[in-house]
Amino acid sequence: MSNDKPNTQVLQGNEAAAIGALAGGLDFFAGYPITPSSEIAEIMSRTLPLVGGRFIQMEDEIASMAAIIGASLAGARSMTATSGPGFSLMQEHLGFACLAEVPCVVVNVQRAGPSTGLPTQPAQQDIMQTRWGTHGDHAIIALAPSSVRECFTMTVDCLNLAELYRTPVVLLMDEVIGHMRESVAFPQAGTFSLDIRREPSHGLGDYCPFDECGEVIAPLSPYGGEYRFHVTGLTHDKRGFPTMVPEEVVHKIHHIVEKIEDDADSLARYEEYMVDDAEVLLYAYGSSARVAKSSVRSLREEGIKAGLLRAKTIWPFSAKRLEELVGQLSLIVVPEMNLGQYVQEVERAMKGRVPIRHLGRVDGHLFVPDQISDFVRKEVGR
Amino acid sequence: MSREIETAREYLRPAKKLPTVWCPGCGLGIIMSAMVRAIHRLGFEKNDVAVVSGIGCTGRMPAYVDFNTLHTTHGRALAFATGLKLARPSLNVITAMGDGDALAIGGNHFIHSCRRNINMTAIVANNCIYGMTGGQYSPTTPHGKRGTTAPYGNPEHEFDCAKLAVGAGASFVARTSVYHVRELEKLIAKAIEHRGFSVVEVMANCHTSYGRMNKFATPVDMLRWMKDSAVSVARAKDMSEEELEGKFTRGVIRERRMPEFIEVYDQLGEKLTETPAAIAGVKKLLESYDRMADRLKV
Repeated sequence: MSNDKPNTQVLQGNEAAAIGALAGGLDFFAGYPITPSSEIAEIMSRTLPLVGGRFIQMEDEIASMAAIIGASLAGARSMTATSGPGFSLMQEHLGFACLAEVPCVVVNVQRAGPSTGLPTQPAQQDIMQTRWGTHGDHAIIALAPSSVRECFTMTVDCLNLAELYRTPVVLLMDEVIGHMRESVAFPQAGTFSLDIRREPSHGLGDYCPFDECGEVIAPLSPYGGEYRFHVTGLTHDKRGFPTMVPEEVVHKIHHIVEKIEDDADSLARYEEYMVDDAEVLLYAYGSSARVAKSSVRSLREEGIKAGLLRAKTIWPFSAKRLEELVGQLSLIVVPEMNLGQYVQEVERAMKGRVPIRHLGRVDGHLFVPDQISDFVRKEVGR
Repeated sequence: MSREIETAREYLRPAKKLPTVWCPGCGLGIIMSAMVRAIHRLGFEKNDVAVVSGIGCTGRMPAYVDFNTLHTTHGRALAFATGLKLARPSLNVITAMGDGDALAIGGNHFIHSCRRNINMTAIVANNCIYGMTGGQYSPTTPHGKRGTTAPYGNPEHEFDCAKLAVGAGASFVARTSVYHVRELEKLIAKAIEHRGFSVVEVMANCHTSYGRMNKFATPVDMLRWMKDSAVSVARAKDMSEEELEGKFTRGVIRERRMPEFIEVYDQLGEKLTETPAAIAGVKKLLESYDRMADRLKV
């Protein structure tokens, strides 16, 4: 790596995510036009041919998700991008990728719903759909950027995590983050690495694509490589063939959940702002967290000991940091652009030990700092 | 026939996966056997073939054959196959779908695959019914015929799969039946060899569900119907629409050289000589990242 100054650009979040995908080694992108994510597909269509990758615009989001899974099985680092209605259509194959353990990345630039909703307005209403939108027991990894720079870095992270955990990973942006422009000092090359899929080293005929062989994640050989095997959306055994043997079914479902949930604490990443002595904790993520940070500053000026814990990892949910803080907190406020989604996880973790208040907003507009500050003032009796 | 059986056996997965889930006498075994003989005839290595399917009786086909196999979701085989082929064009990708799979829930993927012209092959086993779920009427159940959800006769009108493929722009379309087993093998081989998207519609028998409800008591009755109803493409040319009523044409229905998607896509990429504005500013940055330096072409 050269010692050049950081490469600083003024970019929007969608652009940064697309460029992050390229830096993250993306080989394949399939997508379907939808506001407010379309810029990502447009940039991928322009740039992927330059790096020997391929882009395709599919007939819908169901097909887009299917195509990235197919490409990933052939060894490609694969991604799609969408928004609420498209994300709903992708749920079918998000489940397929979870069960068949196929690495891939879905960028969801959230807009207000339900249904067609407010196509050009931000929301954070897909938190629970990300976790539970596809049917059946499973786990998911999802990251939420709060800045344009993070759109870049987290797209790289998502591509890496998908390979490391052999699972679909969701980048939960929102319309504000996607369309906002800000100056970004891109990370220097060499400051992050690309995790490449682990390939098997079995003898021909011995390879089981779903046998962890004592490790947590089974290596995955690409189609067209050395090994031939079967992949199915039916519950399957270690060789990949359908099974209804209870022990094999139990192993499979536990595996796809536990390989992620057991790592919840190590996957959890936060930005902390004035948390050390905080008594009032703003627990936020995405664009709402940017606003909450301003509120913390105002509240501090008034002598209210506020702090911000910004979750960068949305799923799996980790309670570890909250557990460490529980003794010092008199109030947790969860501001999110929905009517109460992530707050349910916080409540579940706190089990009534700290009062928790939700501040929701679903009018298609971002919070303003005073709205959060006023809410806190009222709650603490100021 | 024993030589053919031996050939087919070479391509079947070891005993654990057999017998198949299919009913005795089912036409799907004939299609699977014709497919592997066609692949054998073309001399492909097993590692260079991928068989992709959706859901239903036909969807189970990949599990039995010793290739790279992918059993996907209902109707979506072609969408998965599209990604697979684009990521690894050296693979010979064949999808096997049923009529409900390919033409109802997967109808959108089917028509768009036809027009896109990616070099892969779709085999549509058309038994005019949803077999696995118990005999509900499908998009190819003929008007008036019965299914478990059309107990008084199908009030809807059926798709002609091959015509639909032609209309949607497929560059190769053929049709035959499981009765015409030699022709089936030849047509599948021809379809795979065709450079572009190819469709082979195979009239198949589901005597268990379709036959039971529509006065074809045995597989033989159904095969006899196929024998009697098939009209070669050449002969059909001289027949009127009325004369063709209730019959189906067999043979190569369309064959046309059209630019293939991946060839075109890669050529467009080769022609690029300057950095698009979208990454001009960050080109230097991208070049400094792992893998990117040697990947960037302009």
